[in-house]
Amino acid sequence: MSDNEQFKVREEPFYRQQRNEVALYEAAYAARLPVMVKGPTGCGKSRFIEYMAWKLDRPLITVACNEDMTASDLVGRYLLEANGTRWLDGPLTTAARIGAICYLDEVVEARQDTTVVIHPLTDHRRTLPLDKKGELLRAHADFQLVISYNPGYQSLMKDLKQSTKQRFTAFDFDYPNAALEIAILASESGIDEATAARLVDVGAAARRLKGHGLDEGISTRLLVYAAALIKGGVTPVDACRMALVRPITDDRDIRDTLEHAVESIFV
Amino acid sequence: MPDTDSKNGARWEERLRAYRERLACGFPQVAEVFEDCMREALAVLTSAGVGGYLDTARFLGGMGRGVEPVLVFLEEWPPIARTLGEDALPAISATMHALCKSPNARAITPFLQTLAAVARRLPSGPQMQRYLDLIDDFTARTTGSIHGIQQTFASPGLPDFLAQAPALLDKLSISGLHKWVDYGIRNYPNHPERQREYFGLQSADSRAVLQRERHGTLLVDNERLLDIYLRGLWGDSAQLVPYPTDIEQLPRPVPYYDASGMRLPDVLDDVAGVSGINRYRATLAHIAAHRRWSMPMFADNCSPMQRMAIEVFEDSRIETLAMRAYPGLRRIFLALHPAPLEGACDPETTSCLRHRLTMFSRALLDAEHGYHDAELLKFVRHFHDTMAQGNSSSEEIAALALAYIARTRRQSDQLADVHFADTEVSYRDDNRHLWRFHELSDDEEMFDEQRPMEAPADGDRLPPRHYPEWDYQSQSYRPDWVSLYESLHPAGDAADIDRVLEKHAALASRLKRLLDILKPQDKLRIRYQEDGSELDLDVALRSLIDFKSGASPDPRINMSHRTNGRNLSVLVLLDLSQSLADKVEVAASGGEQSILELSQEAVSLLAWSIEQLGDPFAIAGFHSDSRHDVRYLHLKGYSERWNDAVKARLAAMQAGYSTRMGAAMRHAAHYLAAQTADKKLLLVLTDGQPADVDVHDERLLIEDARKSVEELDQQGIFTYCINLDRRADDYVGDIFGRRYTVIDNIARLPERLPELFMALTR
Repeated sequence: MSDNEQFKVREEPFYRQQRNEVALYEAAYAARLPVMVKGPTGCGKSRFIEYMAWKLDRPLITVACNEDMTASDLVGRYLLEANGTRWLDGPLTTAARIGAICYLDEVVEARQDTTVVIHPLTDHRRTLPLDKKGELLRAHADFQLVISYNPGYQSLMKDLKQSTKQRFTAFDFDYPNAALEIAILASESGIDEATAARLVDVGAAARRLKGHGLDEGISTRLLVYAAALIKGGVTPVDACRMALVRPITDDRDIRDTLEHAVESIFV
Repeated sequence: MPDTDSKNGARWEERLRAYRERLACGFPQVAEVFEDCMREALAVLTSAGVGGYLDTARFLGGMGRGVEPVLVFLEEWPPIARTLGEDALPAISATMHALCKSPNARAITPFLQTLAAVARRLPSGPQMQRYLDLIDDFTARTTGSIHGIQQTFASPGLPDFLAQAPALLDKLSISGLHKWVDYGIRNYPNHPERQREYFGLQSADSRAVLQRERHGTLLVDNERLLDIYLRGLWGDSAQLVPYPTDIEQLPRPVPYYDASGMRLPDVLDDVAGVSGINRYRATLAHIAAHRRWSMPMFADNCSPMQRMAIEVFEDSRIETLAMRAYPGLRRIFLALHPAPLEGACDPETTSCLRHRLTMFSRALLDAEHGYHDAELLKFVRHFHDTMAQGNSSSEEIAALALAYIARTRRQSDQLADVHFADTEVSYRDDNRHLWRFHELSDDEEMFDEQRPMEAPADGDRLPPRHYPEWDYQSQSYRPDWVSLYESLHPAGDAADIDRVLEKHAALASRLKRLLDILKPQDKLRIRYQEDGSELDLDVALRSLIDFKSGASPDPRINMSHRTNGRNLSVLVLLDLSQSLADKVEVAASGGEQSILELSQEAVSLLAWSIEQLGDPFAIAGFHSDSRHDVRYLHLKGYSERWNDAVKARLAAMQAGYSTRMGAAMRHAAHYLAAQTADKKLLLVLTDGQPADVDVHDERLLIEDARKSVEELDQQGIFTYCINLDRRADDYVGDIFGRRYTVIDNIARLPERLPELFMALTR
């Protein structure tokens, strides 16, 4: 069906395995277990899911959660038409119908009452009650639910309920180790390995400052941005300033230190 | 030939007599040195200049103040004229005339004595003019007068000030000097003794103001920046301790590190295009590289010279490694490293070892060193070959160093006269960490523990509550192990806290803006109401759709409003242990404040903020004196408002005893658990790890605190720690998981604490 094709990941996304997460995910998918991916921002969570969808050849439906999202934004709603009403499936319902992988990105951002609607899909029932429509949707055999979650939010207001957490198997992601991160930068942006290694050094310096004025270190994503700027002809120092230092902090001491690090690493 | 010589001699005698007449001075001491002075003056001055020179000297001689001023002037002026140019004389002579007319003629001698040194530091005319103006101003403002009509008493501070002027100008710019002088005059106008102490650099505030006005980069202002540097670039951290550089002391102190921290100069000026902060960074990079790559060696087998060589080689090795990681360091090192000239040292008369080694170290750093010494070049090559194979090691490089000095040894290395010029590398430490000695002394014990507060009398205490403590070794609780006494905190003066809040008025208004955003909106929608104040269009439309499509419509199509969406209960738990009394420098005000005062300010602001938000909150403090006496002091209860009674208790906060955190947290949980709010937050403000006098295993109380956090988690209480201990990473994560913040810059605590709270509950 065409819906199915539309959500397919057509080209292989670039992804380097950090440990054995690909095999583990395949095992989880084989058993159709719901999956939760945790980790700091920009470390490759979404890319991993995209890659797995491609590898398993399943359609992928991604929903970016926000605090105004209601349950019907996920499940679906009736629309008014000139001669009556029409039911429109929400992304979660579509995924359950066509057997896609449904990826709820940053699920803690959604209101807690919203997250509860996923519960029946995540246990042995694998159903989604559409009470408005009076339908009990049984999920397609290939359907899988994935959520991502960044535990770095240091707020007691933003956490998943235990009843939600305990429905998922989990992957704990972190920034890749230096050698892998160099390889990632080099193949993502096409810069040479020596420059990539220097960028990773800058990243490492910032990551050591987490908790001492920085809430999060420099993500792999930002490093890739910096690499792309360098590839585009920007000088490394300017690229680092623009992509690595300025975005992450307004603290003058930290900015000075990072700029000094950049200047000592790229001469 | 002898004929012309005598003719010349006769002519010189004649000229000298003319000069002597113009000087018209009968002091025999002057006559003795006059000829030498004139020779020097004639070499520097034009004939008009010589005229002015002699006229000024005549004025000084005729002033009736003895021989000294004339003598000093005659000797000092020619070198001064060389730096300043002879046109500076009229201005200087005007100042002397002014001094002579006032009761301060005594100050002319010190003025002249230090003028040459001052001139070297203020070589331009306008700068010198500012110095002279400063002296005029000083004289006018400090010379005593009777009935304001006539100046009668000499300025008490002026001679001392003039004597100190060169030393002051070493550290201050001329504007800094103006400010320093101004402070002294304003504060000690009528107290001759104090004024003398101030301008003689004897009093504490005089040195403090000097420190404040110094040029250069002060360590205290940049401690956090450097701490971040060390942490970020080197993954290292240490206490940074300044040592004074203003004391004239030999040998000059050098950076070093030991178990208690890294010692750095208190101030560094920009040198050779390297800013002060980068000089600090260079020192830290050097020290951090030692800590990463150097291994200590036994010193007993090496002679002092061998040790010196090993140190230089090892310094170069670790710098090479540091520059591999951070190539940009090379620029800084190159600029700071002296470049000794080949052949500057004469091996016949002086010991050249230092010179040789510094040249070697320079050659390693600077590819374009241009040295020709074959032995040196050979060893430079050896060194680079060794380093090319990897990191090498302290021992390998020491062997190379020993070979080098064996090959280049000279008899003269033993001489007492050592060539020092261009051999001091300012950013290197003294390498004391590199050496181990077989013989060590072992008396290290602490006898002086502080116990300032007297224990409260037992009579007015409530009976204790008993709490268990977790013993991690047996993995079990020790039941009823800790006795906790609770009481109301004694009260002080509430006005103190009001003053604190007033002091932070600017901060408060900034926080207010943040609070307004955070404050629950007055109109919070409650949707799906059958009876409500307004029609909810979204829901109404949906019901209509349901109705049209034949389903039963939802009748709850109205909405209403309510206020206050936050349902949060907070308890702030303060560690009131002895370490809170430590002082920290507050850069903003230039003074010192104890951590306790800062905590007081921070908690006041936090309390004020929470009150604005309307969340129920309580404040309590704790300290302990063994497991039999843990004290839990109520500062504010849930039912109390943020009023004068609470402020009075907060104002009386004191520091003392130890930190038995687990028991206090369990007790705090007991109060929090009784609250009905959805979310319960326990904020722990502490400045050190849990410890108590009766516990010698430092893990024990850490593990106990961790266990109590787990217990609290199970009760649905969210704990969060704000730690003021820079080295807290070692343990605070063990206790609180990822729910903690370390505040490095304690001075900013008053502003950080409320912000943190808001971020936490947003």
